[in-house]
Amino acid sequence: MSSAGTAPSAPAGEPKRRNAVADFFVRLARQKPLGMVCGIVILLLIVVAVFGGKLAPYPYKEMHLADRLLGPSSQYLLGTDQTGRDVLSRVIFGARVSVLVGLTVTTLSVLISTLVGGVSGFVGGKLDLIVQRFVDSWMAFPGLLLMLTVISIVGKGLVQIILILGISGGIAGARVIRSAVIGIKESIYFVVAEAVGSSKWRSFLRHVLPNITPVIIISFSTSVGGVIMALASLGYLGFGLPPAIPDWGGMLSREGRKYMEAAPWLALWPGLCLTVTIYSLNMFGDAVRDLLDPRLRGRGAGLGR
Amino acid sequence: MRAYLIRRLLLTIPALFMLTILVFLAARFIPGDVVDYLVTSLGPQTGGQVDEEALRHSLGLDVPVYVQYGRWMRGIFLHGTFGESLIGQWSIAERISGRLPVTIELGAMAIAIALVIALPVGIYSAIRQDTATDYLGRTVAVIGMATPNFWLGIMIMLFPAIWWGWSPSVELITFPEDPLGNLGMFFIPGLILGTGMSAAIMRMTRTMMLEVLRQDYIRTAWSKGLKERVVVVRHAVKNALIPIVTLVGLHLPILIGGSVIMEDIFVLPGLGRMFLDALDKRDYPVISAINLILSTVVLLNILLIDMLYPYLDPRIRYQ
Repeated sequence: MSSAGTAPSAPAGEPKRRNAVADFFVRLARQKPLGMVCGIVILLLIVVAVFGGKLAPYPYKEMHLADRLLGPSSQYLLGTDQTGRDVLSRVIFGARVSVLVGLTVTTLSVLISTLVGGVSGFVGGKLDLIVQRFVDSWMAFPGLLLMLTVISIVGKGLVQIILILGISGGIAGARVIRSAVIGIKESIYFVVAEAVGSSKWRSFLRHVLPNITPVIIISFSTSVGGVIMALASLGYLGFGLPPAIPDWGGMLSREGRKYMEAAPWLALWPGLCLTVTIYSLNMFGDAVRDLLDPRLRGRGAGLGR
Repeated sequence: MRAYLIRRLLLTIPALFMLTILVFLAARFIPGDVVDYLVTSLGPQTGGQVDEEALRHSLGLDVPVYVQYGRWMRGIFLHGTFGESLIGQWSIAERISGRLPVTIELGAMAIAIALVIALPVGIYSAIRQDTATDYLGRTVAVIGMATPNFWLGIMIMLFPAIWWGWSPSVELITFPEDPLGNLGMFFIPGLILGTGMSAAIMRMTRTMMLEVLRQDYIRTAWSKGLKERVVVVRHAVKNALIPIVTLVGLHLPILIGGSVIMEDIFVLPGLGRMFLDALDKRDYPVISAINLILSTVVLLNILLIDMLYPYLDPRIRYQ
C-alpha cells in the first residue's frame, strides 16, 4: 500500500501528508518518466484552461465576417471558421470546456460510485443484490443511445451534460468501489474492529473509507480521459453543448463539416487536441494506478512507463 | 449447473420487461411533440389547415400513456411489429429488418479486424515482454485508444478527397450486386471501429498471456522439452483467450455507439442513422423500437456469454 492516499487523519497528519504527496511525485518522475511527461502536459492544459481569456488572441464568439474560412496566417495562427471566428481562440477556449467538464463530471461520478458502491458493498445482503442487478442492466444498455435519448429529453446544456455523464459514469464505476469495500470487510483488522464493538458508522469512517482512498483516486485519474472522449462524441453528433460554447467535439460536428473540404484546418486542430489530451490523461492515470496500487496493474498491463 | 442456467435464463425475463417500460417511457419524455413537427412541416402543403386533434387521434396519441404502452406491447408480442412511423406511415419492423444487415455487417467487420490485429500483437507482445516490439505495440495501442473514432473518420473522408479527389461511395453497394465493392465500402469504417476495439483486446491478451505463462502447467510443458510454438499456441493461448470472449462481448455496447457515429460519417444506411433521424424528428415509436432491439441484443449477448462460459472453461462451476 502506498502512503499517499492512506495518510492517517491524526493531528500531526498535515506535514506528513505533504511529504507523502511530494514523495509520490518523486516516485512518479523516477519510475514513470512518460507518466510524468503526460502529467506536465495535463498541467499545461489546465494552465491554458485557466488563463484562456488572456492567451486567446480574440474572444471566442467574435466573428470577422470579412475573414471567413481563411487559412493559417500571422493574423489568425490556425485560420478562421465559416463565420470568421479565430480557430486558435476557439481551441484555447475548448480546453477550458474540456477541463471543466472533465473534472466536474469525474468528481460527480466518483462521488456517486463511492456512495452507491460503498453502501452496497458495506451493507451487503438483499440491498447489495438489488443494486448490483441494477448496475448490471445499466451497463448492458448501449451508452451512447442512452445518452442521446436522455439529451433529447432534457435538452442541450452544460449542466445537463455534466449530470448525464456524471450519473452514468458513477453507476458504472460503483462496481470497482464495491469490490474494494468487500475486500476490506474480509480483512482481519476490520473483523477485529467489529469484534471489539466498533460501531458500523465508525468502522466505515475509520477503516473502510481510508483504505479505499487509493481506489477512489485511481478511478478518478483513469476516467477523466473517457469523460472527455464521451463529451466529444456527443458534441460531434450535435447532442453536446449548445453551439455557442466552443468545445472540441462540437467544432468537428455536422455544422462545421460542410466547410471542411475548403478549410481542412477546421478538422485538424480540435481532433489533435482531443487525442493529445486523452492520451496524456490515460497514460497519467495508468501511472498513478501503478504507483498507488500495484495489485491493479494486471488490468492495464503496466502502461505509462 | 443446469439449475444455475435455468435461473439465469428466468432472471433475464424481468430484466427485459423493465427494459421495455424504460425504453417506452424514455421516448415519451422527449419534449417537442411529433404533432408540432408534422404541423410545421406539412403546414405549407395543406395551406396551414391541419386538424391537430384528428392527427393526434390517427397517430394513436390521444389515449393515456399506459394504453399506448399496452398497444405497443401487444403489437410486439402478437404481431411481431413495432407499429408504424409517425412521420412516414411505413412499417418500423420492415424498415429495421432492411437496415439491420448494414449495422451487423459493420459490427462483424469491426470485430474481425480487431481480433486479426489484437491477438497476434498481444500474444507476441507477451512472449517478448519488454522488448522494443512490445513497447511499440503497446504505444500504438494507447494512441489508438486516445484517438476519437469520429475524428479519424472525418480525416479519412477529408484528406484523400482533397489530395486525390477520392471519396468513399455514398450509395449503398449490396453484397449480391458486387461482393468486393460491398466489402470495400465497409472496410474503412470497420477498420476505424476495429482498431479502436483492438487496443483494449490487445492489452487484455497481453496481460492474460503473461499471467498464463507463469502457471505451473506452462513450466511443465517447457520442461517436457516442447517447442516454444507448441507451448504458446497449444498450452498458453487456449487458456489466455477465454476472458477475451467476455471482453469482446462486453464491447458490444461501445461497438453499437461507434456504429452510430460511423454510419453518420460514411453515410451507411444502418440502424444508427435511422436512430439519429428519428431523434431529429421526434419519431417515438422508431426511437423506442431501435433502443429496445439494440439493448435486448446486448442483454441476450451477456446471457449467451454467461451460458457459454462453463463450456469454454471447465474449471468454472456454477453452484
